[in-house]
Amino acid sequence: MVNTETKTAISIKGLEKVYPDGFRALHPTHLDIRSGEIFALLGPNGAGKTTLINAVCGIVNVTAGDIEVYGNNITTQYRKARSCIGLVPQELTTDAFETVWNTVSFSRGLFGKPANAGFIETTLKRLSLWDKKDQQIRMLSGGMKRRVMIAKALSHEPQILFLDEPTAGVDVELRKSMWDQVHELRSMGVTIILTTHYIEEAEEMADRVGVINKGELMLVEDKKTLMKKLGKKELVFDLHQPLTDEHEELTAMKVHSAADGLQLIYTYDTLKENNGVADVLDCLNRLHIRYRDLSTRQTSLEEIFVSLVNKK
Amino acid sequence: MNFYAVAAIYKFEMARTYRTLGQSIASPVLSTVLYFVVFGSAIGSRISDIDGINYGAFIVPGLIMLTVLAQSVSNASFGIYFPRFAGTIYEVLSAPMSFIEIVMGYVGAAASKSIIIGLIILATASFFVPLEIRHPVWMITFLVLTSVTFSLLGFIIGIWADGFEKLQLIPLLVITPLAFLGGSFYSINMLPPIWQKISLANPVVYLISGFRWSFFEQSDVRLSVSIGMVLFFLVAGFALTAWIFKTGYRLRN
Repeated sequence: MVNTETKTAISIKGLEKVYPDGFRALHPTHLDIRSGEIFALLGPNGAGKTTLINAVCGIVNVTAGDIEVYGNNITTQYRKARSCIGLVPQELTTDAFETVWNTVSFSRGLFGKPANAGFIETTLKRLSLWDKKDQQIRMLSGGMKRRVMIAKALSHEPQILFLDEPTAGVDVELRKSMWDQVHELRSMGVTIILTTHYIEEAEEMADRVGVINKGELMLVEDKKTLMKKLGKKELVFDLHQPLTDEHEELTAMKVHSAADGLQLIYTYDTLKENNGVADVLDCLNRLHIRYRDLSTRQTSLEEIFVSLVNKK
Repeated sequence: MNFYAVAAIYKFEMARTYRTLGQSIASPVLSTVLYFVVFGSAIGSRISDIDGINYGAFIVPGLIMLTVLAQSVSNASFGIYFPRFAGTIYEVLSAPMSFIEIVMGYVGAAASKSIIIGLIILATASFFVPLEIRHPVWMITFLVLTSVTFSLLGFIIGIWADGFEKLQLIPLLVITPLAFLGGSFYSINMLPPIWQKISLANPVVYLISGFRWSFFEQSDVRLSVSIGMVLFFLVAGFALTAWIFKTGYRLRN
């Protein structure tokens, strides 16, 4: 039995992957995934996200480094390590002519579990696939196929679930429903690692975020801390009258106008003790600039991500 | 040993056979029946006995081997190539399975199909020619060993191939000619001495010879040599497969 009480679900030390053609997909990478968390790996296309997942799952040989899954080395103790992991790959790679029931049962068998009709029934019902159980996969819609992939990955009751771009190409409704399912899995104690292009997905679900670009893991941070640390806030004033004149004082304070002069926007750093908000309010009073509303807006993870990737 | 995984692959592969029953079973049986009609009845009736064996009966072991070799290679190569082509191989590679278990699943299923087809052809042949199997245990042993060995070869081809054309290349250009020239329809003792010697370089000669011995106690080469050669090919195929999984060649790179 694998001890899932350990705080670290996956430990990656010095992982490197260089493909035979010389392409370095991963620079030496160190990463610990905590048991029970949702970890989002963000990165543009070709950043190395899928290579990292494939290395942990044993799908590609690594060039250097060590990976442990609940303390089990993926090379020397691969049976224990792999039996903990379920993988939903990015591509919808299914056996088109198999039925949903058979393909999910096949996956369970592959991972060394005896047949359990009750568990597969529960899994299919939870993923709204029960009424499709006897249908060939080729007859299903893209969204349904994606659910089948998830059902296959869950069929052997893994403690860790990799979701590689889980909502790529699915509609908004289905995406939200998948997010709910991911939250449900987490509440059952499953550690979830997801890669995504959709920053809102990471923002909605993740406890921690890793940003990878050109094979380098640039940062790993608690999502809230990251947004606090790197996040800026905008203070937006909706004015009664459009501002036609330029005020040097406002320009000096880096307050700029928008919406044809009907808005003033002040961007400030949330971590600074003197963030200048009080000064801006004083200044507007002095200049007799009246506003009917004011609001604040936090910088999104997407903006943080873009700024990090661009810096590189 | 992950028996559930071996069983899962085996059942999955066998299910593919049942789905395509006509293509998997009926087609090789039909073509063999045609061989019997043409070579056994039409032409065979004008050919004299070989080593005291009726020509129609003489070609039965060769015809079975011909089909078993082709089917073993084709079933096993397709069995592993298709998941690679479709991308579903990720599941097998990420499963807690050793390479031996993966091979047991795929090669076991391919060999089973070939053995079933071989036995069906044998049963079909008994309707056309009088047959007596002198050594049934050896007959089954040769059938099983040959099916496993050539399924292993097919498995290797399925991993090596990077397109459907290559999948057909070895069976068409190597296996079929070797099977035809390996004594399926004749005894190599009927050839001029130089061709007899050249024929000994053909591994299929040893398989057909040993298999034919189990039927009629007549062979082109000694039984021990036939068994030795089959075991040698089996070990070589297994060693090559072990290397493929150790290095990740075309699977984990």
